[in-house]
Amino acid sequence: MPKVLIVAEHDGARLNVSTARCVSCARALSGAEITIAVCAADTSAVAAQAAQLEGVARVLAVANPANTHALAAVLAPQIVALAGPFTHVLGPSTTYGKDLMARVAGLLGAPQVSDIMGIESPTRFRRPIYAGNAILTVEAEPGVKVVGTVRMASFEAASGGGSAPIEQVAVSVKLPAHTRFISVSAAKSGRPDLLTAARVVSGGRALGSAEGFKILYSLAEKLGAAVGASRAAVDAGYAPNEMQVGQTGKIIAPQLYVAVGISGAIQHLTGIKDARTIVAINKDGEAPIFEVADFGLVGDLFQIIPELEKLVG
Amino acid sequence: MKRILVGIKRVVDFNVRIRVRPDGSGVVTDGVKMSVNPFDEIALEEALRIKERGGAEEVIVATVGPADTQTQLRSALAMGADRALHVQADGVIEPLVAARALLKLVEREQPFLVILGKQAIDDDNGQTGQVLAALWNRPQATYASRLELLGDTTARVTREVDAGLETLEVDLPAVITTDLRLNEPRYVKLPDIMKAKKKPLETLTLAALGVEQRQQLKLARFEPPPQRQKGIRVKDAAELVEQLKKKGIL
Ligand SMILES: Cc1cc2nc3c(=O)[nH]c(=O)nc-3n(C[C@H](O)[C@H](O)[C@H](O)COP(=O)(O)OP(=O)(O)OC[C@H]3O[C@@H](n4cnc5c(N)ncnc54)[C@H](O)[C@@H]3O)c2cc1C
Ligand SMILES: Nc1ncnc2c1ncn2[C@@H]1O[C@H](COP(=O)(O)O)[C@@H](O)[C@H]1O
Repeated sequence: MPKVLIVAEHDGARLNVSTARCVSCARALSGAEITIAVCAADTSAVAAQAAQLEGVARVLAVANPANTHALAAVLAPQIVALAGPFTHVLGPSTTYGKDLMARVAGLLGAPQVSDIMGIESPTRFRRPIYAGNAILTVEAEPGVKVVGTVRMASFEAASGGGSAPIEQVAVSVKLPAHTRFISVSAAKSGRPDLLTAARVVSGGRALGSAEGFKILYSLAEKLGAAVGASRAAVDAGYAPNEMQVGQTGKIIAPQLYVAVGISGAIQHLTGIKDARTIVAINKDGEAPIFEVADFGLVGDLFQIIPELEKLVG
Repeated sequence: MKRILVGIKRVVDFNVRIRVRPDGSGVVTDGVKMSVNPFDEIALEEALRIKERGGAEEVIVATVGPADTQTQLRSALAMGADRALHVQADGVIEPLVAARALLKLVEREQPFLVILGKQAIDDDNGQTGQVLAALWNRPQATYASRLELLGDTTARVTREVDAGLETLEVDLPAVITTDLRLNEPRYVKLPDIMKAKKKPLETLTLAALGVEQRQQLKLARFEPPPQRQKGIRVKDAAELVEQLKKKGIL
């Protein structure tokens, strides 16, 4: 029977929805017994939320002031100390999880399956490679502990309603002091979170400036949408890095994705393959984005976007 | 000597549209353009800039890979690396194996900084830097978009994370992995390609380093991704809204 340890992602107060997606992934391992590890300075709030996720057998709460900020070098030895009895150790394929889980794998000497998108058996996993242009099925050696990161766009969040027991555990391993958190700058946009939004409006190089992006913010507000960007737009400074969608940005699966002035490079398309409906607005009728768009509109975005805003407003 | 070690992987060029072999045994790589992993070019560029500012005396590039990888090591030397280490190995090299081999080179060369890419764009694993840092028991600062050396003992690194930008301070030596916006790699000039031919390139083997080429994940099957259905063209914003409403999306 698979015994799965899921490493929770949180900000100290709230459990990130990425953890609920990891639970769904773990539940695809038939008969899995699922444990969530919450490492925090004060675990009470987050552990209580983790305990509510359906399908979770128990929550391990590791309280330590060293866990105030999520530092992979500090968290990894604690996860390794808990990992002994588990067959699988999973975390989200977010920047937090990708940074941490590979360090865990390194300490364990275990193989890591990155970006798990499907589970065929406790040892067989599907994952995208080459920017999603191929899907690889990997088979782990029998008996080895498998570390994995879970591709967020491939799993729905597990629902609430559970009530798993919470165990406080003391982990006595030496934690390094060689890595120090200084600051994090997260712009508060007031818009929905890009990773989980049902609707996303994204802009490319064609927006021309940070000023130009404002017409997208305005449309997004009307639609209740998050705003994303292509790499070219982020590189040019029109949009902040956390808005980048694609192979090296965020992989998202909204109900509606509106690509505005984005050509549709493969690295960008990787990020939106799982969107339910894709709309493309581009003045070049030959742009590759139209190959994947459910609805394509050829024309000048500076004319179309204000029109669209009026129509949906 | 103050050294920086940069990890280089040979990958299918990012412009190539990859195809899966019909029998599912892999992707077509015959006759396909191969390049240095783009994130590794960024890693090398950063190392070269540190050296040019007087922050390092030597930049070493290292790879674990087949004989062909020498081409990419030569381009790295042409970009400005001082010497190259080639650990020859064929077949699948998992991140754990690459990291174990890099660790051996780290122990030998004693760099104060190791810079790798955040991910190789072929396997998209994104693991090797973190695994190396774990095995070496040293700090890691992944997804770097800014790297600043504070004297000889500390680095301040700005990281691109989901929430925005995070700043860490790490003691040296440390492992840094690069994100796209750390820098823009220089173009190689023709005379540099000639000069690179004379730079030292040392060939080693995994066996000589005492690293076993273990494969813990078998590559069972490759498939093309599901294709999206091609959609329809609409003539204007009004028709778009009408269609979206009809589908129940708006
Ligand atoms: C290793 C690597 C990783 C990468 N990762 C990512 C990633 O994660 N995400 C990503 O997005 N990219 C990524 N890229 C970059 C990618 O290859 C493309 O360069 C990038 O996506 C292009 O952005 P763009 O579509 O905004 O710009 P362009 O390709 O320049 O396209 C602009 C589009 O706007 C259209 N346009 C211009 N004016 C107007 C107008 N007035 N009205 C309507 N349309 C107009 C043009 O027809 C054109 O199609 C990566 C590249 C590499 C090498
Ligand atoms: N075989 C290898 N030889 C040298 N460096 C490597 C090798 N594999 C990976 N790397 C480095 O590790 C980074 C991340 O690779 P990966 O973990 O495979 O996504 C790459 O960008 C390289 O800098």
